[in-house]
Amino acid sequence: MVDRRYLTYFDWGLLALTFLLATFGLITLYSAVMAGVPTPQEALFSKQLIWYGIGLVVMLVCVIFNYKLMERYAWLIYSGAVGLLLWVMFFGRYVSGSQRWIVLGPLSLQPSELAKIAVIIILARHYAKFVSGRGFSLKGLLVPVLMTMVPFLLIVRQPDLGTAGLIGLIAASMTLFVKIERRSLMVIVGSGIAMALPMWFFFLKEYQRQRILTFINPDRDPLGAGYHIIQSKIAIGSGFLTGKGFLQGTQNALSFLPEQHTDFIFSVLAEEWGFMGAMILILAFLAFIFWSLNIAYSCRDPFGTILAVGITAMLAWQAVINMGMVMGLMPVVGVPLPFISYGGSSLLTTMICVGILLNISMRRFMIE
Amino acid sequence: MSKYLKTVDSEWFRQRLTRVMLCVSLAALILVLRLIYLQIIKGQEYRRMSVNNSIRLQSIDAPRGLIFDRQGNLLVENRPSFDLYISLKDARPVGQTLDRLAVHAALPVDELAAQVSGVRGAAYYQPQLLKRDIGRDKLAVVASRRYDLPGIDIQIQRLRNYIHSGLAAHLLGYIGEISTKELQRGVYAGCRAGDLIGKFGVEKSLGSYLRGERGGRQVEVNANGQVVQVLRTVPARNGHNVFLTIDSRLQQRAEELLKDSAGAAVALDPNTGEVLALASSPAFDQNDFITGLSRDKWNALVNNPLRPLENKAIQGEYPPASTYKILVAMAGLQEGVIAANDILFCPGYYHFGNRNYRCWRRGGHGSVDLNKAIAQSCDVYFYQVGQRLGIDRLAWYAKAAGLGSKTGIELDHEGNGLVPTAAWKKKRTGIAWQPGETLSVAIGQGFNLVTPLQMAVFSAAVANGGVRYRPTLVKRVVSWDGQTVLENAPRVAGRLPVSAANLNLVKQGMWEVVQGDRGTARIARLKGIDVSGKTGTAQVVNRETAEESEGGEKVRKYLDHAWFIAYAPSEKPQIAIAVIVEHGEHGSSAAAPVARELIKTYLEEGPAAPVVAGGAGKPNHG
Repeated sequence: MVDRRYLTYFDWGLLALTFLLATFGLITLYSAVMAGVPTPQEALFSKQLIWYGIGLVVMLVCVIFNYKLMERYAWLIYSGAVGLLLWVMFFGRYVSGSQRWIVLGPLSLQPSELAKIAVIIILARHYAKFVSGRGFSLKGLLVPVLMTMVPFLLIVRQPDLGTAGLIGLIAASMTLFVKIERRSLMVIVGSGIAMALPMWFFFLKEYQRQRILTFINPDRDPLGAGYHIIQSKIAIGSGFLTGKGFLQGTQNALSFLPEQHTDFIFSVLAEEWGFMGAMILILAFLAFIFWSLNIAYSCRDPFGTILAVGITAMLAWQAVINMGMVMGLMPVVGVPLPFISYGGSSLLTTMICVGILLNISMRRFMIE
Repeated sequence: MSKYLKTVDSEWFRQRLTRVMLCVSLAALILVLRLIYLQIIKGQEYRRMSVNNSIRLQSIDAPRGLIFDRQGNLLVENRPSFDLYISLKDARPVGQTLDRLAVHAALPVDELAAQVSGVRGAAYYQPQLLKRDIGRDKLAVVASRRYDLPGIDIQIQRLRNYIHSGLAAHLLGYIGEISTKELQRGVYAGCRAGDLIGKFGVEKSLGSYLRGERGGRQVEVNANGQVVQVLRTVPARNGHNVFLTIDSRLQQRAEELLKDSAGAAVALDPNTGEVLALASSPAFDQNDFITGLSRDKWNALVNNPLRPLENKAIQGEYPPASTYKILVAMAGLQEGVIAANDILFCPGYYHFGNRNYRCWRRGGHGSVDLNKAIAQSCDVYFYQVGQRLGIDRLAWYAKAAGLGSKTGIELDHEGNGLVPTAAWKKKRTGIAWQPGETLSVAIGQGFNLVTPLQMAVFSAAVANGGVRYRPTLVKRVVSWDGQTVLENAPRVAGRLPVSAANLNLVKQGMWEVVQGDRGTARIARLKGIDVSGKTGTAQVVNRETAEESEGGEKVRKYLDHAWFIAYAPSEKPQIAIAVIVEHGEHGSSAAAPVARELIKTYLEEGPAAPVVAGGAGKPNHG
């Protein structure tokens, strides 16, 4: 039953890069949770180890079946994800003001994470069917926009603007990849500006404008987000060339960093391992992304190619947004750093992504 | 499948993918450049900052807004409290330092020692509170003996100060520390544990105006925690100042007049609905809540049978008694069940069903028309009007007059009162409405309940020709730099459902009550000013029980409540009043004089001047 060629074509390189990133992640997380005062949170580290274990199993599951089944069952997956989002809207658990979690015994999951993958799959199916060298017209974009809007709005309602925005970015990236007609693109950009300007000047209240400006530029809020960013910049900057050493990050240890084990974990890494460490991490991410794009290229099936591009876009956006945020280049949004940040749901999603990429890569021989 | 490959080939995808890689590389380049900037170019500077670990946030508290009366007299301010602190590690030997402090500042040494006994661990290195609010005199002494008092420090904190202790206590209310529950409800945006918020009265209901917004600073500190430089400052926004509609002179007078009794008085401007005075007796001293209330004092307040913590003007619900006859007369005229010159005979009782309903005057009033019925408060006359109207029509008029529901004044805990209907009784007790109960309701007894504020609003509506204003306490809200935040305008809540002609007939009756030869409230007359009004004597228990006595003395708790509602001058009313004195026995003797004195204060000493212009937060001690 098992074709020997699967082993021959298995993408050991991608797996190696995954293990490399996971190792970076665990080392940094150890530092983030163990060096903190007043109490080290050892439990978080062991939990993350368990999540990695579960993640590996899930990854393998995602490798075994032929990824083309996802094309066939795209609507089922998509409806399932939307169903879970609806479920969470009515029965989800509130955690600090937003309703995002489904609780399954000892585990809690965020369906919005699954929704990201579901949107990628359904869009890949749609675009693979209709892609042509000319690019999509406005009319042709109607269905993809609807496909994105349903989960997008449900997630906005939770409210989880970070994840919703991410879904928007992923969908936009995939759409640009399969090309939009030049004229349509101009209409979209033009009408976007034409709508945003009067919104800004006439419909938004002063305080809403202030809030948006503060979101874009956290420096305007020196007591809130701005304070976190300055502490994060101090942490990163003080790492200097070679860093302060493992478990030696003072910004980390003295709790000057907010969310040091989730959103701000890159600051911990950059503080303790310096420019060298941070560069290695960025290069590792870059290698991973290029490798994934190469998988997209080697795949001779449009669905596989677009799917691989969508998944890569998701991981790349998360990495860029997270690192940009902690370095003070981007708004402060709760987007975790793939492989590195603490968190079960986000780790599982990442491992599912790796599994799908391995899956596509390993079946590239099937269409020659 | 081969179908797509015709349109897009792998070469096309390769082209697209090249662009994607370009974008990714560009993003990576930006991140790397940023990293170089932060870690290499600015690295030294950030390393220094992290070594001192030196960026802190300091909070800047926002001063709470001030509260003024309608003339701009300051009622509530913030005053400095000088608090004594001790740093134990610097104060050694501690016993000796405390002894000296006790002598210089004339404070009991035991009390000071008690504050620091048992302090150990990290707290030993932090300043410990010795005594709050030592006052300026002691501050001067302590400050001048600083050299003699190592480790003693004085910190200044803002304290809310109610300038006229006890004045308008229920109305102004007080502030206190925010509770965990209040924090969780999320109504108080931007508040954190330890913040002071309004807990009662205007301090609570206008809290969103008064509170202001906390500010803060990002500062760089050195190893000793001293500020080296201020990096960024977000100034606090002061709370807004509130100008109330209250005339503090009138308020003070009302409280004096009620001082020895339990009761309430409300005075309104009938032309706007502005509350001129809203007094409830007995009162309490709000400053006690600010400086800390001892357990004994608190228990005394809570257990006092006269309920000093209750604002009787809005929370107290009483049977309206004969003041209700105004409403019954209005309804009777409007519904045509009685005409002004119809004569009914009062022999001192009214026979209905199988019993006699008594008139308050045993001998009877003889032949009675509407005017005489109101002037002399003839029960028998109104029994019959009520009987002709029926309970549900009567209830409809009562509700239209604003009874049975909150007036909407800007205070919490307002009572609804109660307007009984047949359906209400059936639902509540399961027993059908008895026709005889309509007779009780018609003279304001039975199930009826009203608050003094509701009666004042009703009286004001009668006075101004039928417009029922929503009573308000707020004249305007002004920001600390003089910008008007809110300019309150009169708001009409409804109209009395009565024709002008019929209302005038009722008003003539009310004039007769005070100004007529045989009126029940001749005691409320003033020289040169015509007053209109209506007395009421609300039974607390039925007449048989009330006349029980203990050794000839009537029992206080069985004594009737005394009501009086009034407005003046009768022709062009400028003030409308409702007064209740609990267990004051007769409206005419206990409540009417209070109303008279309030009218006199307000009208003879000139109506209140408009609020001083601008009101830029400067207290104007007029």
